[in-house]
Amino acid sequence: MSLFQDMATNLETLSGELYKCFLQTLQMLGVSSIFFFILGMFFGMVLVVTKQGGIMQNLIVYRILDKAIDVIRSIPFIILMVLLIPVSRAVVGTAIGVTGAYVALICGTVPFFARQVETAVSDTDHGLIEASAAMGFSPMEIIFKVYLRESVPSIARVTMITLVNLVGLTAMAGAIGAGGLGDFAIRYGYQMHKTDMTVLTVLIILVIVSVIQAVGNIVINKTTH
Amino acid sequence: MIQLEQVSKTFAQGKLAIHAVSDVTLQIGKGEIFGIIGFSGAGKSTLVRCINLLERPTGGKVIVDGVDLTAITEKQLREERKKIGMIFQHFNLMRSRTVYQNIAFPLQKSKLSKSEKDAKIMSLLDLVGLSDKKDAYPSQLSGGQKQRVAIARALANDPKVLLCDEATSALDPQTTQSILALLKQVNETLGITIVLITHEMAVVKDICNRVAIMENGYVVESGESVSVFARPQQKVTKDFMDSASNIQKIYEMLESGHELAQVKEGEMMVLLTYSGVNAGKPLISYLAEELHVQANIIFGNIEYLKDKPLGKLVVTLSGEPEQMKKAIAYMETQVQMEVLKQ
Repeated sequence: MSLFQDMATNLETLSGELYKCFLQTLQMLGVSSIFFFILGMFFGMVLVVTKQGGIMQNLIVYRILDKAIDVIRSIPFIILMVLLIPVSRAVVGTAIGVTGAYVALICGTVPFFARQVETAVSDTDHGLIEASAAMGFSPMEIIFKVYLRESVPSIARVTMITLVNLVGLTAMAGAIGAGGLGDFAIRYGYQMHKTDMTVLTVLIILVIVSVIQAVGNIVINKTTH
Repeated sequence: MIQLEQVSKTFAQGKLAIHAVSDVTLQIGKGEIFGIIGFSGAGKSTLVRCINLLERPTGGKVIVDGVDLTAITEKQLREERKKIGMIFQHFNLMRSRTVYQNIAFPLQKSKLSKSEKDAKIMSLLDLVGLSDKKDAYPSQLSGGQKQRVAIARALANDPKVLLCDEATSALDPQTTQSILALLKQVNETLGITIVLITHEMAVVKDICNRVAIMENGYVVESGESVSVFARPQQKVTKDFMDSASNIQKIYEMLESGHELAQVKEGEMMVLLTYSGVNAGKPLISYLAEELHVQANIIFGNIEYLKDKPLGKLVVTLSGEPEQMKKAIAYMETQVQMEVLKQ
């Protein structure tokens, strides 16, 4: 029971700080997810339509994008963050704090998500694409009305996976000064030996992940026929 | 309605060139049901895709309803494609949309008002007999029902031509019959020209006015169904005919020397093919009564091609040599005769 007693004592002084870090995490998640979703969908779709046999086949575009994604994905996130410090300064004006983490978080998730979207959308039956082309739909119409519409359940699934990954990345970003729950756990749990605070952080992150998964599952169930 | 002029399609596979369709010239008239048959890999799927340019031919012209589809822009082609409906072996319905929404899908591009579209969809549902399934999803339908939805969808833009790519190949024989009956009804009531490709003889037999037989990318034979099948000129056509009956069995028995396929000294085994009007003539009784030649029937089959009978009979003839000659001479004037064994 001593863990909970510690927790009660520590929370008296730290609850304000914890709440602030919780909001920072949500802020990082929210802003980064908007960007990774839009950019990842775009690049994922470009991969699908430009590949060999795609409806807008363009092998040069495909190969460049394909390689770029592989390269960025192979860089460990913690190193990517350091590498992107100058980029972050140029784009958002700072490399620290919540704002300073956005560039790294987005770069860390977009290639992963784009690849996931590519796989999810490629599962669309080629016959549907052929049938739509036979009905006189243009490639752009096919992208929006067939590919994306038919892939809603699988896109929901991969979005959920990427969001859960992003939660992990925000915690890691905390390690180099981005704030958030990861930062909180390191400062109080690790450096000040308040294990109860580490446990509490884990519990909060668990709740965030559960909420993401629950919402994802609802979307999948509603859209799968 | 459809004119194919020396259409060719070559695929490059590495350094190899695959000639899927070679130099095909066909004329398909308005309101016809035209069958293109061939075994797997004969090039018929590619040929039918050349009609709406899902596969752009590497040579030749495709003229549908007076427009040369190979000569127009992508945008114009998309307009022309609305006049060409298509159905597929695997139906290709959208899982995320209901039956109603699937049929509404091609109408998104039409200029009809919302209520006109609704009326159109309901009448199509009625035509294919699925009014009660309008809010079902494709996963809740049987294969035959899915193909009915696909037909309704293909008809939504009032096409002049309906292309059927192995439309019944994934269905059981009974469902195949009902889909063929529906296609025939569509052809007769709406006057839509139907091009149907298949590897099933039963499909062609029932509804096609004219047929083309494909092999290795070439159309090897074409014409009125009844005349093509009554007097097949090519081996592949004969193979098709045989695939629809168990006459294959006779050939196998002949080859293996089965006891039923033995002929005695002076006897003769012949294959008689009748068609059209003379299919009903009392040939066998004439042989027996007038020429005293006995005919022992070992195989018999009558197919109906668009209501015209086509009979095949394998008989063993026995009698005096003199009478046998007369019998053969007589039969040659009446039916097609092929000596199998003597």
